[in-house]
Amino acid sequence: MLKSISTWFHNRPRVRLAALLVAPLFWLVVAYLGALASLLVTAFYTINTFTGNVIRTFNLGNFQELFTNPSYRNVVVRTLGIALSVTIICTLLALPMAFFMAKIAKPRTQKVLVALVLTPLWASYLVKIYAWRTMLEPNSGVIDWLLGPIGIHSPGFGFAGIIIGLSYLWLPYMILPIYAGFERLPNSLLDASGDLGAKNLYTLRRVVLPILFPSIVAGSMFTFSLSLGDYITATIIGGKLQMLGNVVYQNYSLNLPFAATMSMVPIAIMGIYLWAVRRTGALTSL
Amino acid sequence: MTISRLTRYALISLMRVGLAFIYIPLTVVVVNSFNVSRTFSWPPKDFTTQWWSKAIENTGVREALKWSFTAGLAAAGLALVLGTCIAFAVSKYSFFGRETISLLVVLPISLPGIVTGIALNNAFTQDLGISTGMFTIIVGHTTFCIVVVYNNVIARLKRIGGSLQEASMDLGANGITTFRLITLPNIAGALFAGAILAFGLSFDEIVVTTFTAGPGIQTLPIWIYNNLFRPNQAPIVNVVAATLILFSLLPIYLSQKLSGDSNTGGRF
Repeated sequence: MLKSISTWFHNRPRVRLAALLVAPLFWLVVAYLGALASLLVTAFYTINTFTGNVIRTFNLGNFQELFTNPSYRNVVVRTLGIALSVTIICTLLALPMAFFMAKIAKPRTQKVLVALVLTPLWASYLVKIYAWRTMLEPNSGVIDWLLGPIGIHSPGFGFAGIIIGLSYLWLPYMILPIYAGFERLPNSLLDASGDLGAKNLYTLRRVVLPILFPSIVAGSMFTFSLSLGDYITATIIGGKLQMLGNVVYQNYSLNLPFAATMSMVPIAIMGIYLWAVRRTGALTSL
Repeated sequence: MTISRLTRYALISLMRVGLAFIYIPLTVVVVNSFNVSRTFSWPPKDFTTQWWSKAIENTGVREALKWSFTAGLAAAGLALVLGTCIAFAVSKYSFFGRETISLLVVLPISLPGIVTGIALNNAFTQDLGISTGMFTIIVGHTTFCIVVVYNNVIARLKRIGGSLQEASMDLGANGITTFRLITLPNIAGALFAGAILAFGLSFDEIVVTTFTAGPGIQTLPIWIYNNLFRPNQAPIVNVVAATLILFSLLPIYLSQKLSGDSNTGGRF
């Protein structure tokens, strides 16, 4: 019986393929893409302000509100600024750390360092942001206690606090692809550049960075996308400051269509981003 | 290329500063779980273990752990089946739209969680009339967990190639026997790693959960979030947070234990 089933399938590769794909494709295409499409449609609906029910008629009111209301424009610009700063900070921190881990550390140290950098990924996201609440607390926080004596004070809860918190959260996502990039970079290439008379900085600029570019882009996809949609960090350490995610979150129970419209912004930005980097080979070095 | 002594020292100090940046906040949480003060005034005036004993007795935490384990196990199990199916289809067959599938699998983690969350919430409550609850949480978590299983399994399938299976079939084993005795033992490690990662992702997820959980269900991250700003519960939140950090140190220990394989290390 089993044998005949096995033979039947063996002779029909297309049936085997269909059997493998039917469930996952139903899940990802019908359920997930379907939900995204439905969200796109909802973005054009409105809401009855008295009953709170969604009115299913097509109009551009939400998008008009998004583009003309200066406070929403500010939120979008602020969120982009935060996502960009976080990406730059993570890159600047990750480059020397990853270089040290891949090219300088001894094998034993290297293994420990990789584990040390990876570990925070397993620690809960909320716990880490919560930790920064204690760190950033003005006057009585750990930063003031630790660095106050040398004249550095906590920026408190707000714009700078959010950038520090998000950089902290996503740093490992940037270190890992860059580290993998350095691992793939042959030492002989660095030697060749040095032998041909290039100074270290010149080697860095003309040899290392171009080769590492896809890895940096791969890391930036995480740092950028994750910052773009975050609202919990802003709630916990952002003071009164709002990010794009906060606007979506507040609207989702009150005005679902407008929340849908707002969430089109990160989708559009990530879409453009993915399209812009598709040629760099970053998508395969994730 | 030679690296001067100065550059080397600069890099070592940068590495140390980076590690301090990563570990000081985590240390603070662990220390604070013993802090006598309910408001965690820093530096701690005295230490106590009373929050730890209170946390162990806390029913909210236990309930939340139960929900989190249910969601994590179900999502990891479903993702394991779906992700493995896609990995087999993509690595063993060529068909129209193969490249698109790999992109489709990555999409749920490359879009912000809030987008996935609100899209699923909208589809469930507005289009399908399903009220949110455990079922919708599991669907949401599975969606973004598929990718980690897929990545692990496809990498392994690429590495082992097809010759072992062909040899098995040539020696007269049928498809089912070959899968049971050859393919499965070879990919078991990857399946395990994928499932663990999927469970970890699900266990830590808060954004998608917020949008797909009904009012009655609190997974551990949701419980933490809801109790973060309650003065009575804050010390217990700290204990839960410290426990999660201590558990996350496990991978370091394991990597030290398993460090037998060759590793080239740096040369400069």
